[in-house]
Amino acid sequence: MDDIQTRLQKSSRATRQDYFGKAICYSCIGLIILLVACILYFIASKGLATFTQNGVKFWNFLTQSDWKPGDVDKYGNPQVGALPMIVTSFSVTILAALLATPFAIGAAVFMTEIANKKGAKFLQPVIELLVGIPSVVYGFIGLSLIVPFIRGIFGGTGFGILSGTLVLFVMVLPTITSLSVDSLKSVPMHYCQASLALGATRWQTIYKVILKAAAPGLLTAVIFGMARAFGEALAVQMVIGNAVLMPKNLISPASTLTSKLTTEIGNTVMGTLPNNALWSLALVLLFMSLLFNLVVRFIGRRGNIKNER
Amino acid sequence: MKKKTIISSLLALGALMTIATGCSNSNASKSSSSEVSGKITAVGSTALQPLVEKAAGDFQKDNSKINITVQGGGSGTGLSQVQDGSVKIGNSDIFAEQKDGIDAKKLVDHKVAVVGMAPVVNKDAGVKNVTMDQLKQIFTGKITNWKDLGGKDEKITVVNRAEGSGTRATFESAVLNGEKAVKSQEQDSNGTVQKIVSTTPGAISYLAFSYINDKVEALSIDDVKPTDDNVSDNKWKIWSYEHMYTKGNPKDATEKFIKYMKSDDVQKKLVKDMGYISTNDMKVQKDAKGTVTDK
Repeated sequence: MDDIQTRLQKSSRATRQDYFGKAICYSCIGLIILLVACILYFIASKGLATFTQNGVKFWNFLTQSDWKPGDVDKYGNPQVGALPMIVTSFSVTILAALLATPFAIGAAVFMTEIANKKGAKFLQPVIELLVGIPSVVYGFIGLSLIVPFIRGIFGGTGFGILSGTLVLFVMVLPTITSLSVDSLKSVPMHYCQASLALGATRWQTIYKVILKAAAPGLLTAVIFGMARAFGEALAVQMVIGNAVLMPKNLISPASTLTSKLTTEIGNTVMGTLPNNALWSLALVLLFMSLLFNLVVRFIGRRGNIKNER
Repeated sequence: MKKKTIISSLLALGALMTIATGCSNSNASKSSSSEVSGKITAVGSTALQPLVEKAAGDFQKDNSKINITVQGGGSGTGLSQVQDGSVKIGNSDIFAEQKDGIDAKKLVDHKVAVVGMAPVVNKDAGVKNVTMDQLKQIFTGKITNWKDLGGKDEKITVVNRAEGSGTRATFESAVLNGEKAVKSQEQDSNGTVQKIVSTTPGAISYLAFSYINDKVEALSIDDVKPTDDNVSDNKWKIWSYEHMYTKGNPKDATEKFIKYMKSDDVQKKLVKDMGYISTNDMKVQKDAKGTVTDK
């Protein structure tokens, strides 16, 4: 009797395992959340110090184009204008996404709808291989091939937004392609069957049914690609020329937020204005990636509602 | 099945922990032994990095108990980390006094080598000699075509170094005389600059002597050639010391390593082999303000 009672009152082995598992899960999640919070706090505190401690006006930071954090202008104000970097970052990102999207969606459609199994099986690893190449290799290829190529055709030095766009094009292509493939695969089979049964050709089915149904997923893919392009530092830095100038055309040297960070962070001293100003650039990058994430979530939610109807 | 994975992951975690604690234990016991031993971390200037790396490798052959790690990161990183006490040695191309946010009084300067820098141009430009004033006008954006200097009718493309880098600070203090450089391309390493100047028609930049090869044209200034001899008596004006800074006077292993860096072994052989100039060969000296006096 006593034996049974104690056995019943004591938690069983399985329950204890359950608690144990839960404890591991929660502590891991807690650690990750703590880590993210620390990173956010660190970047924010450093990045905001430019405006709170060094007295740079936030509006000037966003709208002026003179970047010399170590120097002051003739009125004694620090020259911390990030506009050229922000504009360049957005230009390379949007141009690379515009250029890569048709190719990526074309490849994805080919892999899911048109190619036989062998073709898809061959293309998949090729695309995945592109993801695995380190960005410094892309940058080096860009510096050795794309820059002289652009210089040969358009003149100038070859460094600039166009070279950056071409390098990023190759880099975001696999990201957009593989995400597009996933979203095309998730289109229910019966959509396709119904369309073909109604007498639509394959082209009509792809164009009017599958692509339409997968549109939110495709958009998500493009935005993920843009997020990658926006955050890419090394490869872009090697081909864009790193001149803090307002980009006048696509072949004049320019500088992105990330390329400025990588070239200058080693030469600044923690706690001084030049260093804080770079953290402010990092803060802008952080906000942008947050924005990209929010857009993706927003699209995802709208896509779901559509499918339920 | 699940239980097994949990157990194995726990085991792995445990193993990691023992390795981590084991490491810190062995370090603690090392530093307490009587023979000079310990761990030195040297961080900073990428221009000085190759020399320190090579010297550290040779040094450790004779002093197996001393473990030296050499990292780049830039002069600013080196100075600020040695000031914080997070590393033992901060490598820098510039005097600590020249950098904002660094309290130079806390740091002790050890000059281990001298580096000369020369303006380099693409071979296409057809110019081999300029005056100091012309050089200044090129980098401030007043001269924009090589034909004004007797070269080809070709636009001058200025390639500068990253703002705040040691090489740039040295070049600007010697050439620009306080004027501001024209806004232009900026690159953050000697290697990239060399590649860009050798392939871009009309490009001009500046490089440490050790990076100058026959793919680029090194300019003479006022008919003085950029050679080690001309640096040693200050005929060639663009040069700087390579500094190793310590916080306070160096002790134990750090002291031994810095002594080794200044010894004849390194200064007479390694320094020259790697394209630097020995401090012993200098006939003049320069202070933090850039004033040059006879030694």
